[in-house]
Amino acid sequence: MAEATQELLTTADGRPLKAALAAAQSRAKRRAFFLVLPLLLFIILTFLVPIGYMLKRSFEHDGFASSAPALVAWFGENRGFDPADPPEEAYAALVEDLARMQVEKTTGMAGTRINYSVPGSISMFKKGAREAKNLTPPFRDSLIAIDPEWASPALWRGMASASHVYTTEFYLVASDMKLNDHGWARGEDKERIYLYLFFKTFVISGIITVLCLLLAFPVSHLLATLPMAKSSLLMIFVLLPFWTSLLVRTSAWIALLQEQGVVNDLLVGLGLVSDEGRLTMMYNMTGTIVAMTHVLLPFMILPLYSVMRVIPPSYARAARSLGATSWTTFRRVYMPQTLPGIAAGSLLVFILAVGYYITPALVGGADGQLISNLISFHMNKSNWSLAAAIAGMLLAAILALYWLYDRLIGIDRLKLG
Amino acid sequence: MKKILILSTALTNLAFAAQADITVMSWGGAYGEAQTEAFVKPFIAATGKAVIMVDADNPAPAMKAMVEAGNVTVDVASVEYADGIRLCDEGILEPIDPASLPAAPDGTPAMEDFLPGAVTECAVSTDIWANVYGYDTTKFPADAAPTTAADFFDLAKFPGKRGLRKGAKAVLEFALMGDGVPAAEVYNVLSTPEGVDRAFAKLDSIKSEVVWWEAGAQPPQLLADGEVAMTTAYNGRLFAAAMNEAKPFQIVWDGQVYENEMFVVPKGAPNMADAMEFIAFSTSTEGLRASAQQISYGPARKSSMAEEIIYKDGKTVMAPHLPTAPENLTNALLSSSDFWVDHDAELNERFQAWLAQ
Repeated sequence: MAEATQELLTTADGRPLKAALAAAQSRAKRRAFFLVLPLLLFIILTFLVPIGYMLKRSFEHDGFASSAPALVAWFGENRGFDPADPPEEAYAALVEDLARMQVEKTTGMAGTRINYSVPGSISMFKKGAREAKNLTPPFRDSLIAIDPEWASPALWRGMASASHVYTTEFYLVASDMKLNDHGWARGEDKERIYLYLFFKTFVISGIITVLCLLLAFPVSHLLATLPMAKSSLLMIFVLLPFWTSLLVRTSAWIALLQEQGVVNDLLVGLGLVSDEGRLTMMYNMTGTIVAMTHVLLPFMILPLYSVMRVIPPSYARAARSLGATSWTTFRRVYMPQTLPGIAAGSLLVFILAVGYYITPALVGGADGQLISNLISFHMNKSNWSLAAAIAGMLLAAILALYWLYDRLIGIDRLKLG
Repeated sequence: MKKILILSTALTNLAFAAQADITVMSWGGAYGEAQTEAFVKPFIAATGKAVIMVDADNPAPAMKAMVEAGNVTVDVASVEYADGIRLCDEGILEPIDPASLPAAPDGTPAMEDFLPGAVTECAVSTDIWANVYGYDTTKFPADAAPTTAADFFDLAKFPGKRGLRKGAKAVLEFALMGDGVPAAEVYNVLSTPEGVDRAFAKLDSIKSEVVWWEAGAQPPQLLADGEVAMTTAYNGRLFAAAMNEAKPFQIVWDGQVYENEMFVVPKGAPNMADAMEFIAFSTSTEGLRASAQQISYGPARKSSMAEEIIYKDGKTVMAPHLPTAPENLTNALLSSSDFWVDHDAELNERFQAWLAQ
């Protein structure tokens, strides 16, 4: 029985087989790794790093912390101070910092940082910094003589919060919170916009996804079942808009749907509507939905088509020959097989729609704005941290949806072609 | 991070490093063309130095990104007045020495020749443009055409859709002037919560009839298509459409909101000395004059208007088409950069919320 203990398998040159295999496999793995390395580096450099950098900005801002060392030190020692009535030494530190800002030309940076939560503070900082070196104690009174707002509890709360490099303020602002004298609170109704726009963006994207699916399904089926020559021609019609510039397509919709546009002219010409009663189909939600559905349609057609093409027609024929009605055949035999395509197309269209901004900007009018229009606004106005915070929330919401999608449908069922 | 950005863009730079062109970043379109004709071509002819013009939707954020990444590829940028102030405060811009700006031909020092506020610590005005409103003359009889800011908001007397820029800046001021607030009082009123409410209330009165535009090219198109009866616009765009495409557009100057457009130099510009020379050349009396011959934005130097400015078509006298013409300034507002630097974000959030209601 002792002989039955495993005899070590060896290769021709006497090495243990297991080790030789592992070595050979790790070589192959290394080779494979080097092959994907360029792509990996490319993705890290051009995608992960910039996005990570942008997200970092959403909770990091040293505009005030780096330019007001005296106040930062004071806030560090007096965490429990009363913002409604800061002591004279705090004002002294503030004046010292203002004087330094004037010399180091950091007034704008510091004021901009505070202005994010306390509107109006940039000009206060500028004025204060200009006067700082002439101010005499007591500093509280001399600052208030310049601008009574220097005693505002909200300002002191804002400065205390900005004295930390890391902050959640931008996420608070992006959730419609406002800093008032007593801390962060829900903003007034007439100022709340972000959460509403998030909600609206997701609803509109959902509507566009459903419309795209309804329009794309028959077209894809036709493409998949027509003889090759005809389906190629049809395919070109599908792809032609895809190859056309986005701006051109959007402008074309403006020309078609505006009040003096082709469709309205036609309706008036046919006597269906009166000249005064021209339909408003552009510069509102309708315009946004129509134009975006058109722009995103190919992203639904292509995955659907690729899935439908490989569904054998014999399944449907078998179902019919076994007595199923055409509706039952569709519902129980054909459609389930297209589900991976539906899933992939819907996911693509939805995620693209959520981040769309140029089409809503051009045709959206008053009520067709989406959240990405505000991201673009803050990018242009140099409030990158707020833009990053909104973008971060959007990203988180999409990831959450993706996770839900994975739980409900399963990401392995996704089929892009 | 900065290292990576520098590394990743270093390769792109190598290709261009050989030739030291002065790179000017501006807004493109008719405006970019005008600057090319008025500033770039004469500068090349006069100095032999190479200048290239690049376009951006808005040069300010693009330039800020470059400075923050430590990879500046532009030498001169054309930015809005408030951006010229804000970016200077943030340390993004190089200060410009007023002594480097040439005097007027009659010897008046540059700082006395420029209009007040046209030269700031880091920026020099290239032109003065205005937010005005215009209408299609075929839509209103000549004896009952709109003439005042209030008429824009009078739907009963002047029915039809209105075009307005989708943003708070200049729109709120215009609304207050349309509500009868004198130009000198506008920012005082707008600094109070009641004043902001008043501006939005005025906008409420026409909200259902408004078509909102975002790009400067949109309003002339909206007017031409008959989509709107009147619309606010940048005055140069309406002028260009009226002159070059013979559109029947009439500008109403009452209630105009005007501001300076500025040349700035970003910190770390690769050809700093040449950039300063280019700015001094462009903002000379002759440079600003040449610009006003190309597009109907006014020069910020008194000496540039000493002689009559003729449009590039060789016959149109520019003076009545410039925001700075005395007859156009009777009820006009100089846009306040101080106000908007402080309140841009706050009022735009309110504006977006109001739009969505």
